[in-house]
Amino acid sequence: MGNSTPREITGWADWLKPQRNRLLVLMVMAAIAMVIPLMANNYVIEVLTNAWFYTILCLGLNIVVGYAGLLDLGYAAFFAVGAYTTGILTSKFGMNFWLTIPVAVSCSMLAGIIIGGPTLRLRSDYLAIVTLGFGEIVRIVARNLEITGGASGLIGIERPVFFGIELSKGIHFYYVFLLLAICACYVSYRLQDSRLGRAWQYVREDEDAAEAMGIDRVGVKLYAYVIGAMFGGIAGCFFAAKMTAISPETFTFSQSVLILLGVVMGGMGKIPGVIVGAFALVLFPEVFRGVGSMRMLIFAIVMLVIMLYRPEGIWPRTKS
Amino acid sequence: MSLLDVQDLVLSFSGLEVIRDLAFTVEEGSIASLIGPNGAGKTSVFNCLTGFYRPDSGIILFDGKSIIGRKPHKITQAGMARTFQNLRLFKSMTVLENVMSGMHCRTSAGALGAVLQTRSQRKEEEQIRQVSEDCLDFVGLLAKKEVYAGNLPYGDQRRVEWARALATKPKLLLLDEPAAGLNNEEKKELIELILHIRKTLGITILLIEHDMGLVMKVSEKITVIDYGKRIAEGTASEVQSNPKVIEAYLGTENEEEAL
Repeated sequence: MGNSTPREITGWADWLKPQRNRLLVLMVMAAIAMVIPLMANNYVIEVLTNAWFYTILCLGLNIVVGYAGLLDLGYAAFFAVGAYTTGILTSKFGMNFWLTIPVAVSCSMLAGIIIGGPTLRLRSDYLAIVTLGFGEIVRIVARNLEITGGASGLIGIERPVFFGIELSKGIHFYYVFLLLAICACYVSYRLQDSRLGRAWQYVREDEDAAEAMGIDRVGVKLYAYVIGAMFGGIAGCFFAAKMTAISPETFTFSQSVLILLGVVMGGMGKIPGVIVGAFALVLFPEVFRGVGSMRMLIFAIVMLVIMLYRPEGIWPRTKS
Repeated sequence: MSLLDVQDLVLSFSGLEVIRDLAFTVEEGSIASLIGPNGAGKTSVFNCLTGFYRPDSGIILFDGKSIIGRKPHKITQAGMARTFQNLRLFKSMTVLENVMSGMHCRTSAGALGAVLQTRSQRKEEEQIRQVSEDCLDFVGLLAKKEVYAGNLPYGDQRRVEWARALATKPKLLLLDEPAAGLNNEEKKELIELILHIRKTLGITILLIEHDMGLVMKVSEKITVIDYGKRIAEGTASEVQSNPKVIEAYLGTENEEEAL
């Protein structure tokens, strides 16, 4: 007990020293990210906001796919639950946007438990099929219920007011999503180097050995699932607020695949890689906008080339 | 009371009985061995004990409590740790990280603690690291803690498995063929290590082994099984002179020669 204090001090010094350079780089990057919208036009702001938005989703899915090694083909469902919860509560019940966040996050986490609880016992790729089905179920339910506005979706979702400022301009949401993305990075980093983060890695590497070491493999996977769902839920809340209208067509299977693509293309389990992947996802089609309808084809070719020559992703996890 | 008490254990795979009415006990503080020719069902016994297989019938009492039907991680938590016959390390993680896995069931920090880096979480991380380093030191691998486990030579990988099992703070340590693939020098070190674990850590040990020399040197009680049935039990000399044991072993050796 007595020597715990000096240990903590060396701990902090250790934390600062090797990471000082990295910290500097991060701060410079954050500064650039803060300043860019002040000089950019609305189009650029919109695209970058979208990139940050996908960063949050990809980081959330990365916890499931990258950290815990579970293939999830229905991630858009969690994002939909978050968006719809906020949408319904503000437009139909007149609830304050900020108050809907905890409700929406709880709902998406609950959705994570409902789908994960029974299915995470499954080994292998059965899980992928189940999650695919779940994603479609959520979308179809949203399409057919009255409260979710059916096929045309919800409109008139309240804009959030932040200390007297109504968040309505593109630049407002740019900062909102930037901030959320930074939080998502921070949480991901902290989880990665924690007891839980290691447990995910053990389970991903060898389930039986992990279990023999006393790790509850189902529990640990469920944990990853629920945290991933939480990220999706939060992103969904702000997405609803930004768009003021949501429809089931936003949450299709291809949306789930797109998010998964960002994670895999960037580099599963590696935070900077996932961010690069999310940006690539959003920026590629924009950069190639000039070639018109051919751009999705070029996008597909670029992705194929990346997957062929860098199957571990653009910026993969380092392994010795 | 015995630390481990197995009675009338039966295990079958689609009608084929792998373990038949097996009974044996392991006394607290002892080193016991389970031996038998290839395919006698030794590893299946281990898998029943550690919860990976669910036996058809029988009783397994660990520390006085039945553990049948419990999940493997719960059994580890109750104080039974194992190593695997063919190494099952987390190969792309460092040696230290591998050993840290053992401390998982003795600690509790969750996501919130990790994100907020609470005082208790940091203390726990420090404790995990400390215990893991102690375990590595115990098996003589502390100097290699930052090496990726997959890059270690075979003998060292074995030691990582041991350290990892020790980090779970077990009462009973199950070793599945610990001498497999080791040379004579390494086997000698292994014997010392086994005796050292019992003496300094007070851990009871049950091992499965092919290597008769090793078994005879370390174990106080030997249970011999063949075709999933116990054919003999006793001290090394008792077992060695038992005609049934000689038959079981010679039988297989003859078959090997015939091949």
